[in-house]
Amino acid sequence: MAAYIIRRVLIMLLLLLLLTLIVFVLFSLLPADVARLTCGKICTDQTIELNRIRLGLDKSVFEQYWLFLSALFVGRTYGIGDGAIVCEAPCLGWSFTKSEPVLELILQRLPTTIFLALGAFVLFLVGGVLLGVYSALKRGGWQDRTITSVALIGYSLPSFFFGLVVIYFVIIRWQVLPFPQYEHPWDDPVQFLQTMILPWLVLAILYAAFYTRLTRSQMLETLGEDYIRTARAKGLPERTVIRKHALRAGLTPIVTAAGLDLAGLLGGAIILEAVFSLPGLGGLAISSVVNPDQAILVGITLVTATFIIVANLIVDILYAVIDPRVRVA
Amino acid sequence: MSHDFLQINDLRVSFPTDDGVVRAVSGLTLSVGRGETLAIVGESGSGKSVTAQAIMGLLNPLATEIDGRILLDGVDLLACDPEHRRSMRGSAMAMIFQDPLSSLHPFYRVGDQLIEAVRIHQDVTKKEARTQAIDGLRRVGIPDPERRVDDYPHQLSGGMRQRVMIAMALINGPQLLIADEPTTALDVTVQAQITDLMMDLQQQTGTTMIVITHDLGVVAEMADHVCVMYGGRVVEYGTTDAVYYRPSMPYTRGLLASVPRLDGAYDEHLDPIPGNPPSLIRPPSGCVFHPRCREREAVPGDLCSTVEPDLVTAGPDHRARCHLLTEGTP
Ligand SMILES: Nc1ncnc2c1ncn2[C@@H]1O[C@H](COP(=O)(O)OP(=O)(O)OP(=O)(O)O)[C@@H](O)[C@H]1O
Ligand SMILES: [Mg+2]
Repeated sequence: MAAYIIRRVLIMLLLLLLLTLIVFVLFSLLPADVARLTCGKICTDQTIELNRIRLGLDKSVFEQYWLFLSALFVGRTYGIGDGAIVCEAPCLGWSFTKSEPVLELILQRLPTTIFLALGAFVLFLVGGVLLGVYSALKRGGWQDRTITSVALIGYSLPSFFFGLVVIYFVIIRWQVLPFPQYEHPWDDPVQFLQTMILPWLVLAILYAAFYTRLTRSQMLETLGEDYIRTARAKGLPERTVIRKHALRAGLTPIVTAAGLDLAGLLGGAIILEAVFSLPGLGGLAISSVVNPDQAILVGITLVTATFIIVANLIVDILYAVIDPRVRVA
Repeated sequence: MSHDFLQINDLRVSFPTDDGVVRAVSGLTLSVGRGETLAIVGESGSGKSVTAQAIMGLLNPLATEIDGRILLDGVDLLACDPEHRRSMRGSAMAMIFQDPLSSLHPFYRVGDQLIEAVRIHQDVTKKEARTQAIDGLRRVGIPDPERRVDDYPHQLSGGMRQRVMIAMALINGPQLLIADEPTTALDVTVQAQITDLMMDLQQQTGTTMIVITHDLGVVAEMADHVCVMYGGRVVEYGTTDAVYYRPSMPYTRGLLASVPRLDGAYDEHLDPIPGNPPSLIRPPSGCVFHPRCREREAVPGDLCSTVEPDLVTAGPDHRARCHLLTEGTP
């Protein structure tokens, strides 16, 4: 088991390294002239050239990559002399449009995005699994049919449209909730919850519908397994058969799916922030496109991709904890 | 007959499906004496597993209709309190299944699965249950049981897994053991070992046993009585010798003729019964076997296709369901 985890972690580190390379090369292939973009209002050919040198853009892509990578561990100084800008380790680049380290900018906004994604994650996972299990246990009954139909509707809702409709009714028409004004939970927990509840619901609803259906079908399949019959033949009470034997096997594929969806959810959260005007990574990303800042975009891409890779690692390890057959492989 | 250990009276099991009601068992009457081994044979779909699961109470009550009476040592299983019935599963009666790999939970160590079985029915500590589990594994011939007890099912061979299933079934000393094709999924070489093991254990414990099998060799070796099923009915029942040497129903004769035999009685050629198993939704009129019967010419008129024959005496401790026995022209 320990060997398995160590191997997975090593693979993950390698993957992360590869990721930085790919992202870096991809962005350097873009036709945008970063030196021109970062030179500000009074722009002469001379300042552009100076910028180019200051940013290291005159060097080859691989030298630039090396500078970028080493900055993560030892920091980096842009330019020389009085005008030099120092970006301390871990340095994920420098934003010349905002005159701040990219990492700083991302860390300021990351919590909002993570709260949004995680809250929705917990909501859809708990909701979907509970409804799915209940539906499977009541197979064919009216409860099952109701849940299955509602899930089907939820599954086909376009979530942004739905988000806008919800805002219109809940906030503007009925005024059940105040207009969203994000505060961090440690500053004003009530305001935080009031602001987040709608985006959570909107983000979670599609996944909840999907997980209800997935859980239901997984449970039904598991309940038909031979080892469930064995558990009953032993004389176990039905409660234990479900809890100890069926749930563990039936929910294992859910773990995999959920881990992968957590990553996708982060993307969904970034987009949904615009609808609910939440100060997360989404706003930062959009402003860096409108007012081009490649360093920020590289940073955001790397941070989100890192989350996806780490989520995958956690899924793999969880899977091995649950299913002993995986550990040998 | 009233002192028989297991007594089944007019058992009917049907499953309502979209295509119609599947009558998997139609009026099965059977009894097994204490300590005896009964073999149930019959082609696929004849209702053997459904009968076994009806005895164990493993059929889903929401999707099944069950009628009749099943008395185990005087307790009416179909009429008693479901909670009482549950407590009998795994203690008074136990079952082993065809495929030992899929019958063991892949996520739990075999030891934990055995310990669970012990602790449902006995109020003992985990440690004591573990000792029982190891003893159980030793008893079914698993080498190095102290180590094997911590294995997962996928770490064991097919034969070992079936031994674990047998250990699990016997761990609470059941009085009735039902084995549903216990060797079918195993390698040929292992089949004989498992058969021998079951016979040994049966001798040691005196457990009453029902063995469902397609292997007529196993039947000859293990069973005191044989019950032949066809289309959800018992079509012949008798001592193993009587059924083997004086099969009294054309289906049984066909079944015996369809396997090569070592003793030369029917060894000329393999002779599978032509035709398909009967529909259980719309069974044939009269005798369920008549559309495939090669001997119905010996019965006058259209008796076979109109009147269902009764299970009548064909000899001492031997009954069969065939018009030939009453109406046939010898
Ligand atoms: N839950 C169910 N719903 C509908 N039909 C069923 C169900 N269980 C069994 N049957 C049907 O009942 C009939 C008898 O099945 P059973 O499993 O008892 O056959 P069997 O004699 O054990 O055959 P085999 O030798 O293949 O194991 C079959 O036609 C089967 O399709
Ligand atoms: Mg069967």
